[in-house]
Amino acid sequence: MLNIKNLHASVDGVKILKGIDLEINAGEVHAIMGPNGSGKSTLASVIAGNEDFEVTEGDILFEKANISELSPEERAHKGIFLSFQYPIEIPGVSVTNFIKTSINQVRKSRGQKDMPANEMLKKIREKSALLDMDRKFLSRSLNEGFSGGEKKRNEIFQMAMLEPKLAILDETDSGLDIDALRIVSDGVNRLRNKGNATLVITHYQRLLDYVVPDVVHVLVDGKIVKTGGKELAKELEERGYDWLKEERAEMT
Amino acid sequence: MELKEKLMSSYLAFEEQVDMENDIHSERNKAIKFFESTGFPTKRMEAWKYTSLNSILKEDYSIFPKKEDAIDYKDIKKYLIHDIDTYTIVFIDGIYSSHLSRTTHDKLDACLMSSALNKSKYKSIMDKYFNKIVPEESMSSLNTAFAKEGAYIRIPKNVSAEKPIQILNFSTGNESALMIQPRNLIIAEDGSHVQIIERHQSLTDNPVLTNSVTEVYVGQNAEVDYYKIQNDKTTSSLIDNTFIKQERDSTCSLHTFSLGGKITRNNLRFYQHGQNCNSILKGVTILEGKQHVDHNTLVHHIEPNCESHQDYKGIFSEKSVGVFNGSILVDRLAQKTNAFQSNNNILLDDGATCNSKPQLEIFADDVKCSHGCTIGQLNNEALYYLRTRGIPKKEARALLMFAFANKVLGSVKIPEIKKRITKQIALKLEVELGFNL
Repeated sequence: MLNIKNLHASVDGVKILKGIDLEINAGEVHAIMGPNGSGKSTLASVIAGNEDFEVTEGDILFEKANISELSPEERAHKGIFLSFQYPIEIPGVSVTNFIKTSINQVRKSRGQKDMPANEMLKKIREKSALLDMDRKFLSRSLNEGFSGGEKKRNEIFQMAMLEPKLAILDETDSGLDIDALRIVSDGVNRLRNKGNATLVITHYQRLLDYVVPDVVHVLVDGKIVKTGGKELAKELEERGYDWLKEERAEMT
Repeated sequence: MELKEKLMSSYLAFEEQVDMENDIHSERNKAIKFFESTGFPTKRMEAWKYTSLNSILKEDYSIFPKKEDAIDYKDIKKYLIHDIDTYTIVFIDGIYSSHLSRTTHDKLDACLMSSALNKSKYKSIMDKYFNKIVPEESMSSLNTAFAKEGAYIRIPKNVSAEKPIQILNFSTGNESALMIQPRNLIIAEDGSHVQIIERHQSLTDNPVLTNSVTEVYVGQNAEVDYYKIQNDKTTSSLIDNTFIKQERDSTCSLHTFSLGGKITRNNLRFYQHGQNCNSILKGVTILEGKQHVDHNTLVHHIEPNCESHQDYKGIFSEKSVGVFNGSILVDRLAQKTNAFQSNNNILLDDGATCNSKPQLEIFADDVKCSHGCTIGQLNNEALYYLRTRGIPKKEARALLMFAFANKVLGSVKIPEIKKRITKQIALKLEVELGFNL
């Protein structure tokens, strides 16, 4: 589904990604772990199409098509979703109206008519229940005054509504208490199916106890230095990242 | 002839139409003398630094329009809040139109200033309220000099007006250029409640200059909820002078929606004359072309334990100009004042201008006052966030602007107004919303 080849990216002339190769197939969950500043969030942003980052080399293929030049909205229309590490507060637009606009814009890009109001309402009810969200929550301004946990739940709610093919969860676990983490992970797990894929980006192993990855990659200094199964996450939890940094230093 | 000279000579003709024996007339005489000595405001005056009236003063305005009855309800319907039951006081070219109005004297007075000024039964009220809180300023004095017609609204003690009152001023274009000076008086006695909607609307592209004065008296524990809808043609200009006196425990909120007009100047002053008053001033301004809106506000905290909230948002495109000059004055006695002011602006084009000038004068030592003003572009992070959800750049920009302006609408208490303004804003910003308003 996603095929990244030799991806280099920089921001304001500073090189952050230095040759990433990554292949994710439908039905798989991949985790990317790594120390702070290793480029994890940059990778997420680059896949989602953030124009602040410049791709200097390499390609991103999504369902065999090169998407490197596409705008964020075009990527969303193709079925890529990014759950933000720090969701943006947008006062003045309610969660409901925002998601309606989002869904109908995606439908429009696919030549479909607006979703009928009753169908939309039903879907909103169903998906908000999945994430144990209060009805009042849906009429509040998007992310404004939300707690950390509420913001993350709202991200996964949007994901549930949009049903992307590829979901990238950028540090979705940071700032979550254990109950919120469980709700969010449950939501993510229930949305998994054979046709979609998930890329979990995290600093900690904790989330991976709930959303169990098929493949774990370790990103250090803009490169994937190690790839393994879910047990790699446990090893990192115990040993930290320093031994990998040393290995990487020796390699270069 | 210069407009000032024309007005001065018209005053003599005007005197022949009014009762010169009436006490009111001495107020008029005083006011015209003041106007004669000062003339129209110029940019040399601090309060008019960013707004020049020159471009609108050169028209040859008619001061005394002919009476015109040819306007039908269907011509004005779209400018009314017509989907709810209201009292309406309609003026056509400054002259009261009885067949378009629905006034009342039942439980409350929603009628005409000309009656209030002339009928003896209103004399004690006029003595108490007329021209008592209007400062000697060029434009308001000019209005006082020609004060003759407008809306007169009085809500007696403990009466809650069961429906909103609309004050509507239409100009027909029968005159090639028209100047009108409505004079409104609104008295909400102790414990009363009223909602008022005011609109000035030209029906043609002939130039119109409106210089209106509204005095609002909010009695003890009374509540006045006032909406000014300014969405006129780009050939019409408005100088709105509104003065509000609040007694203890009263609340007055005033929303100004400035969505169209050549030059619009809002002189808005709140005077808090009792403890525990709450004053709410909100504004949404969305302009394009060469339109110009100047909000000049003052909240004067005279007594302790009062609050005020000012929140003005502006979106300016093309060569439009916005001015916000917001003052908070806290007297030495006015301890425990809570006064807030915020003015946020978005400039969409290089040619658009915004001048924001907060002015706080605080003489008490135990108060909370805050102000903040921002002038900027749309938040790029927010734009990116919306785009990752599949909302294209153009729609995302529009949605963000809509959200920005929409923030002020939360405090609008009449749902029909909220809906209408929301729609108007969406239309202006060309927002293709994925939801029904």
